[in-house]
Amino acid sequence: MTRRTFLGMPGPRDGGPGEHPVTAPRGVGHLRGDESFPAAARKALADPQLRRNLAHATTTIRGKSARVIAELPDWQQLRDAGSALKADTMARLPELLEELEAAVTAAGGVVHWATDANQANRIVADLVRATGADRVIKVKSMATQEIGLNEALQEAGVTPVETDLAELIVQLGDDRPSHILVPAIHRNRAEIREIFLRAMPGVDPGLTDEPAVLAAAARRYLRETFLRTPVAVSGANFAIAETGTLAVVESEGNGRMCLTLPDTLITVMGIEKVVPTWQDLEVFLQLLPRSSTGERMNPYTSMWTGVTPGDGPQNVHLVLLDNGRSAVLADPAGRQALHCIRCSACLNVCPVYERTGGHAYGSVYPGPIGAVLSPQLTGVPDNASLPYASSLCGACYDACPVRIDIPSMLVHLRNQAPHPRTESAAMAAAAYTMDRPRLYAAAQRAARLTRLAGRRGRGLPPPLTGWTASRDLPDPPPETFRDWWARR
Amino acid sequence: MRIALFVTCLADTMFPAAAQATVRLLERLGHEVVFPAEQTCCGQMHINTGYQKDAVPLVRRHVRTFAGYDVVVAPSGSCVGSVRHQHAMVAAAAGDEGLAARAGDVAARTYELSELLVDVLGVEDVGAYYPHRVTYHPTCHSLRVLRVGDKPVRLLRRVRGLDLVELPAADQCCGFGGTFAVKNADTSTAMLTDKMRHVLATGADVCTAGDASCLMHIGGGLSRLHTGVRTVHLAEILAATEAAR
Ligand code: SF4
Repeated sequence: MTRRTFLGMPGPRDGGPGEHPVTAPRGVGHLRGDESFPAAARKALADPQLRRNLAHATTTIRGKSARVIAELPDWQQLRDAGSALKADTMARLPELLEELEAAVTAAGGVVHWATDANQANRIVADLVRATGADRVIKVKSMATQEIGLNEALQEAGVTPVETDLAELIVQLGDDRPSHILVPAIHRNRAEIREIFLRAMPGVDPGLTDEPAVLAAAARRYLRETFLRTPVAVSGANFAIAETGTLAVVESEGNGRMCLTLPDTLITVMGIEKVVPTWQDLEVFLQLLPRSSTGERMNPYTSMWTGVTPGDGPQNVHLVLLDNGRSAVLADPAGRQALHCIRCSACLNVCPVYERTGGHAYGSVYPGPIGAVLSPQLTGVPDNASLPYASSLCGACYDACPVRIDIPSMLVHLRNQAPHPRTESAAMAAAAYTMDRPRLYAAAQRAARLTRLAGRRGRGLPPPLTGWTASRDLPDPPPETFRDWWARR
Repeated sequence: MRIALFVTCLADTMFPAAAQATVRLLERLGHEVVFPAEQTCCGQMHINTGYQKDAVPLVRRHVRTFAGYDVVVAPSGSCVGSVRHQHAMVAAAAGDEGLAARAGDVAARTYELSELLVDVLGVEDVGAYYPHRVTYHPTCHSLRVLRVGDKPVRLLRRVRGLDLVELPAADQCCGFGGTFAVKNADTSTAMLTDKMRHVLATGADVCTAGDASCLMHIGGGLSRLHTGVRTVHLAEILAATEAAR
């Protein structure tokens, strides 16, 4: 197998050999939005259904999660262990990936290395075509959404069928997921009924919007699909370097169907998902369900190690995906973003996410983790508004089961974002003034006089219009503190 | 005790009453307050907006200004948070390890007001009198960066005449977030609206907090909607006495 640009090594890039690690390519996949976060957020904020669903879902899951976390006296130590395991993994990722490759190969699997989304899509499409299948069933997977695999398969004449219920709703609705774990969080059941009636093959036209009826309709459709489709595509939550075992955790059991029924199983996995040993799962399988769905244990944990003759898929492939991860790994202040186990706790506690939902982030990775991961995968200029999509309230850091310091990373990435020229000038002028106390005191007095001369707290000029659109400014005080102190 | 006041640029310029109250309160408790006039701004706005390089001279100035004092107090959880968790990092990133070490030193002696009162001075009853119905918003940086916990509430509970009502969803961000309030004004306003809804639900006359910045934001919204609810800095409540009325 060929290995070229992993792990911070210089590699080929558009326009010749680059000095920087390669970021995720443009024009493929779903890591970049069409508009800036503030513009997209403005639309989302005006959607009452979305606001209600988000507030309800995030509040419910926060409560559930807090209850089961409170049951564990060693939760903070578990978080420390998770964090330490991830730090250790990132520090020796090259050797662990090679160990994983050897173990998977020894167990009868085939390992492929994909530098970026295009290469990964090509590998998977070729593998599917080689089987002669014109349809694949899919286990819910972030990595395949990141690279736009469904679109690539369709172009290759292969129909991908999402089998996670919420993901199926999104796919049939020709929509985009808005939450890592609950991709259809923005839909209500009336909308889901309409989507099923419109797009689900063979659906009963008398379908109602009862949740049980909707679930039964999906089950009927999916069961039939499971039995007739010989190829499945999945992601992986974990890959154990020591044994070559891949693991998927899920709630519905549909993933289990995909992982066991077909003859060919192709798994696309970001290189950061590797863990050193089997025993490490002991930590992560406690952290993940409690932080994500608020369950003590997730209903289905599927693990497979290469091929077991006569049992389960007989052709097992693993596609290891970089797509900008080496670039993330190369930045010591940013690489913690690769520790993420995609539990979505940070989304559920984020006051920004709770109001805007996932679409506003423009990437398959929404919420706080998306705001630090997407810009690093694409290069900050391609997602320049995301590091600012946070009030730095710190709730994400407290919630993260592997203690990713998202607020510090946001602040770090803001330094790499292109700044508006007027803002840069104002910031430089402010810093200059603030380093000169007498000039600073004079500026304070001048600002006070300007405010006194103007109208009270309304209609400030840009960029401060954003403030006065919804908030008054207080009346200027009679004197500054330092003037008061000086005459005391 | 001799205590240096780090007034913060916002309180100095826009909310001197909060800083004056800090001085009055500490003097009433028998301490000497000094105001090093060379101070300006801790640089938090620059750091948090992506202008870390511009903040280096401000960090240097802050560290130089306060290096000679045993105890520094600021009436702001957010600015103390920046001093404690960002200054050394900014200095180190700029390659100035000496400054980073000195910044760490100053940070270790810098306290937010409720920390100073409860942890350093060991008082909870500061002898205040404030006959109003009050709700307390914890502010994110006091809560999650400094971890001041219930110290402000313990101080408020001892204030005579004060009727303290619990704020629902208190730990939720008010939506200020520095330049976030301007760059993402719509989302910030949506967060503010929910915070105001909770404040109004308490029936309080006054919403208090340990940070003038969050109060400027919450108070600005409450004023715009003519709710009749005021925002008052924690220091002003703790400094209020019956004699002063
Ligand atoms: S960053 Fe942490 S809290 Fe957020 S999804 Fe990843 S693991 Fe979960």
